[in-house]
Amino acid sequence: MTTLVTGASGLLGRAVAVELLRRGVSVRTFQRRPSGVDGAEGYTGSITDPAAVERALVGVDSVVHLAAKVSLAGDPSEFEAVNVGGTKLLLAAAARAGVRRFVFVSSPSVAHSGSSLSGEGAGPADPLRARGDYARTKAEAELLALAADAAGFSVVVVRPHLVWGPGDTQLVARIVDRSRSGRLPLLAHGTALIDTLYIDNAATGIAQALARAVDVHGRAYVLTNGEPRPVAELLGGICRAAGVPAPERSIPARLATTAGSLIEAVWRLRPGLDEPPMTRFLAEQLSTAHWFDQRRTRHDLDWHPSVSLDAGFASLAAWYASGAPAL
Amino acid sequence: MDDSFSRLVPAAGRTWYVLDSGPVLTDEGLEPVGTILCVHGNPTWSYLWRSLVSAATDQARSGGPVWRVIAVDQLDMGFSERTGVERDLTLRVGDLSDLTDALALSGPVVTFGHDWGGVISLGWAVDHPDLLAGVLLLNTAVHQPESSKIPAPLRLTLGKGVLGAATVSTPAFIETTLALAHPPLALDVKEAYRAPYRSADRRGGVGGFVADIPVDASHVSDAERRRVAEGLRALTVPALFLWGPRDPIFSDRYLDDLVDRLPHADVHRFEGAGHLVAEDVDFASATLSWLGDRFGGSEPQDPPVPATAQPAFRSLLSALDERRESDEVALVEMPTTPGGTRTSVTWRGLARRVDRLAKGLALAGVERGDRVSLLVPPGVDLTAVLYACLRLGAVVVVADAGLGVKGLTRAVRGAWPAHLIGALPGLSAARALGWPGQKISTTALPAAAQKALGVAHSVPELLSLGAASAIGLPEAPGADDLAAILFTSGSTGPAKGVAYTHRRLAALCSTLGETYGVGPSTGIVAGFAPFALLGPALGARSVTPAMDVTSPATLTATAVAAAAAEIDATVLFLSPAALTNVVATAGDLSEGHRQALNQVGTFLSAGAPVSAALLESAATLMPNAVPHTPYGMTEGLLMTDVTLDEVRAAREQTEAVQGVCVGRPIAGVEIRISDLDRDGVAVGEPSEVVGTTGEIVVSAPHLFDHYDRLWLTDRAFRRDVPAGRWHRTGDVGHIDRDGRLWIEGRLPHVLSTPDGAVTPVGPEQRIESVPGVRRAALVGVGPRGTQVAVAVVETEPGARKVALSDPELASAVRDVAGLEVAAVLVVPLLPTDVRHNSKIDRTALATWAASILEGGPLVAPR
Repeated sequence: MTTLVTGASGLLGRAVAVELLRRGVSVRTFQRRPSGVDGAEGYTGSITDPAAVERALVGVDSVVHLAAKVSLAGDPSEFEAVNVGGTKLLLAAAARAGVRRFVFVSSPSVAHSGSSLSGEGAGPADPLRARGDYARTKAEAELLALAADAAGFSVVVVRPHLVWGPGDTQLVARIVDRSRSGRLPLLAHGTALIDTLYIDNAATGIAQALARAVDVHGRAYVLTNGEPRPVAELLGGICRAAGVPAPERSIPARLATTAGSLIEAVWRLRPGLDEPPMTRFLAEQLSTAHWFDQRRTRHDLDWHPSVSLDAGFASLAAWYASGAPAL
Repeated sequence: MDDSFSRLVPAAGRTWYVLDSGPVLTDEGLEPVGTILCVHGNPTWSYLWRSLVSAATDQARSGGPVWRVIAVDQLDMGFSERTGVERDLTLRVGDLSDLTDALALSGPVVTFGHDWGGVISLGWAVDHPDLLAGVLLLNTAVHQPESSKIPAPLRLTLGKGVLGAATVSTPAFIETTLALAHPPLALDVKEAYRAPYRSADRRGGVGGFVADIPVDASHVSDAERRRVAEGLRALTVPALFLWGPRDPIFSDRYLDDLVDRLPHADVHRFEGAGHLVAEDVDFASATLSWLGDRFGGSEPQDPPVPATAQPAFRSLLSALDERRESDEVALVEMPTTPGGTRTSVTWRGLARRVDRLAKGLALAGVERGDRVSLLVPPGVDLTAVLYACLRLGAVVVVADAGLGVKGLTRAVRGAWPAHLIGALPGLSAARALGWPGQKISTTALPAAAQKALGVAHSVPELLSLGAASAIGLPEAPGADDLAAILFTSGSTGPAKGVAYTHRRLAALCSTLGETYGVGPSTGIVAGFAPFALLGPALGARSVTPAMDVTSPATLTATAVAAAAAEIDATVLFLSPAALTNVVATAGDLSEGHRQALNQVGTFLSAGAPVSAALLESAATLMPNAVPHTPYGMTEGLLMTDVTLDEVRAAREQTEAVQGVCVGRPIAGVEIRISDLDRDGVAVGEPSEVVGTTGEIVVSAPHLFDHYDRLWLTDRAFRRDVPAGRWHRTGDVGHIDRDGRLWIEGRLPHVLSTPDGAVTPVGPEQRIESVPGVRRAALVGVGPRGTQVAVAVVETEPGARKVALSDPELASAVRDVAGLEVAAVLVVPLLPTDVRHNSKIDRTALATWAASILEGGPLVAPR
């Protein structure tokens, strides 16, 4: 039997597909453009296209659903269509196709409103309080996924927090680009403790959630390295690995939050541009603590991150040193 | 509130509203062991007792002792009937009897009163000896001490024209009372208190109650009040007073009066709580714990030690008595100012001085059992006053300036001394801060100063009074009478009063003598207060070096050596803070000074951990002395002892050093370890387990007797200990396979990480080994069970402001710490306590670190 991985062209989806293959699982990938994962059966199509989704599910007994619109700004209806509509469609089709296990990859931001989180567990998703279109639509989708959990259809939600690693075009590349051009300030001295998740650990954690789905179904788990660090240290570690100067200039968090919401509003009026430099969501993320209680995650999933932060920085440095090749 | 407890009860033609758990208990087949009869004051109502009603019912339902709770609304108050008749105290005591008759209440009954309900509940108690099993009180009063006035806020309310307006026509009195809660009451709770008093016609009882306060002997209720107050003295039933000291009306003086009437009462003062103590703290749990202890249902506390197990008692005054004909030097006080004269006293002189002062104090009204606060710097005066008080059976209260003005005030008010003996600075502080007690000055003051400071007597005056008087001294106090209350340093929470009996102080004295060979041939340099005072009790001569007691860190090497030379000292006691400065000023020593220090055979530094490096430096000043650093606390001053050589040997023999080695138990001391669960709670049965880290539990004849007026605290520190007098120290550590004790920190400072409990001292020692780190503190941030470790470090050279450490230092710290360190924060200075200049309040530091690591402002820790 086969496992379907949606959104496998992204950093995380690809790593999950590779990890499952390494575990001897037969993998089929499904996304808009070819995933290029060696050894996987590649299907292409949109998560919002019922026929394409139905085709991809033939012969599949388990699903890892990563496909989503991940962005800090953009057209709200697009988030709605992909993140909520796509998930709804996939859940229904999967149940019809006889899928037994379904892992929904969510985000810790679905449960939080922007305040500091210190040692928090995985609270219930709350679309009304979640900040930004991404978090709000993921929260809605997560509720749909958990509602679909039923006997014979085990749904598990995992919420990886700030995934990074070699080949990351989202977090790492942006930090490095901005820092290189001197556009990366620290917010509030960068003292806020933030937990992140190294890419390899994210892949094993999600694969483990799939393996343990029958025992832990109906629950949500935050996945992190369990190594919270001040945000200045994290940014510094990434910048040093990439050989660019670490940020030193600090601006008050409130200033950044205000500027962020202004910029966010302007960007909405002028779609089609690159990601805005600082959204309110990002400002909050970088100036308030975000770290989580990992005891339940590690116990229930029988999982422990195998790559430490420092080992992760070393791998990132090696990758930059070799010219940052495409993965 | 649960409606099922509410009922209306007709009694003697009036209708009462009461909360009563009786019917509910009966319905559920639960048979009460007794009844708690609760009487509210003014202007509250039975709502005040709601948490007790539900907690007692929950306890009954879960299989615990079944106590029925009846909380009444007094007539004209709450939701009870408005009678239209002025109800004075006599009438109200009778009303309550009518109600309990109507309820056919049978025993045993414990009464519980608050505010003016206290007198009424006690009136009922005095009138029902056959039913009465105990009396409990929250802030209240039964007597207006002659020397004091009615509290200012009440005087204002009682003023003509004010009374009606304040209490009846406007809700001002109710609002004022509700504003007394600490922390402030929630809106819904305030609303509930206001509910029965919405209109002026509902508030008549509030005004009537205030008008019924017996301000003087001519008041209609005064006779009844007196009858109750005097009746109390005959009560022998168990008693509990739960008190909120921040009360502008019923202040500590009224608590002291109640304790005087019921000396056997258990007392707990909730520091920070006020008049509405029932709202400020969880008084219901405290009440149920106490009822369990006193009336069964939980393990008995502290079973009595059989008389045969008690060591023989030798009075602290024996040695002085035996030497009263000796003209050898007993005591020398070095001049505190350059060019000043030293004071030297013989044994004969000291004995005479103590006798005369004891008589003089007795003539000034100091009675056996009276508390006497001593604000006198170490020296001849302090020693004479101390031994005179001990001779009289007065209880000395010793709180040192290291507590700071706020801490001292809290300590002195908490102990509520009847007398205060002080030098000028102490008396000025007492005047400025309103400390209680008759004031006695150590020196004769000019009349104007005496008047300004409210001083009634001086020590010289009392000495001549005593010398001239033909009265005999009273009988010497008994071994188990209270002798002293010493205050803890307050480095971990508010300072606690630690009560010692004569027997336990005497045991401390003989332990000190036996352990360090202190006796008649010994000369002591007394630079560490608790031990400094024991010289005369050991028959040893002692000298007080010139020092500023408020700042032990200013004692110089020259001052110590000069003092040692004065009496050919062989034993030296110093606090770690003083020792640090002595070592730092050693360069100033002359050859003569050095020779005096050569004579020292034993040298002791106690009070806080002393590093081997400091001991080594001190040892070079005293080449013939064996340096010791005993482990102890205010509650038990000598628990273990270790010499410098043993410290070195222990470190060499130990592979992974975890903590500070404090050596082996002193003779007579037993030590057990209560191991920690994953959350850092000491749950293990105290045992002699080797190598396991847990809370250190100690037993010794010279351990303190109890915490003063802190019944709940006292109970907590005796929780789950073996039979006999044991004390949970609040310190964590382990015993190694050679029987040595290692201290790893304070229990409240233990981190609770996902990998289990982590004690701070071991990682701190490793972090301090990093070049450039001067001092480190390890704290936990985040919810217990999933905390992350944060290192806070002082660097060398010092940092100018608070910052995240640079990546190099952070990496070096992480390499050695031995556990995951989430962040390394650099500070200019780690805040320490005043007394020891070394103890870091890591609980406060953790709160500070948590704020910064949530993105809060980069302020310095305090």
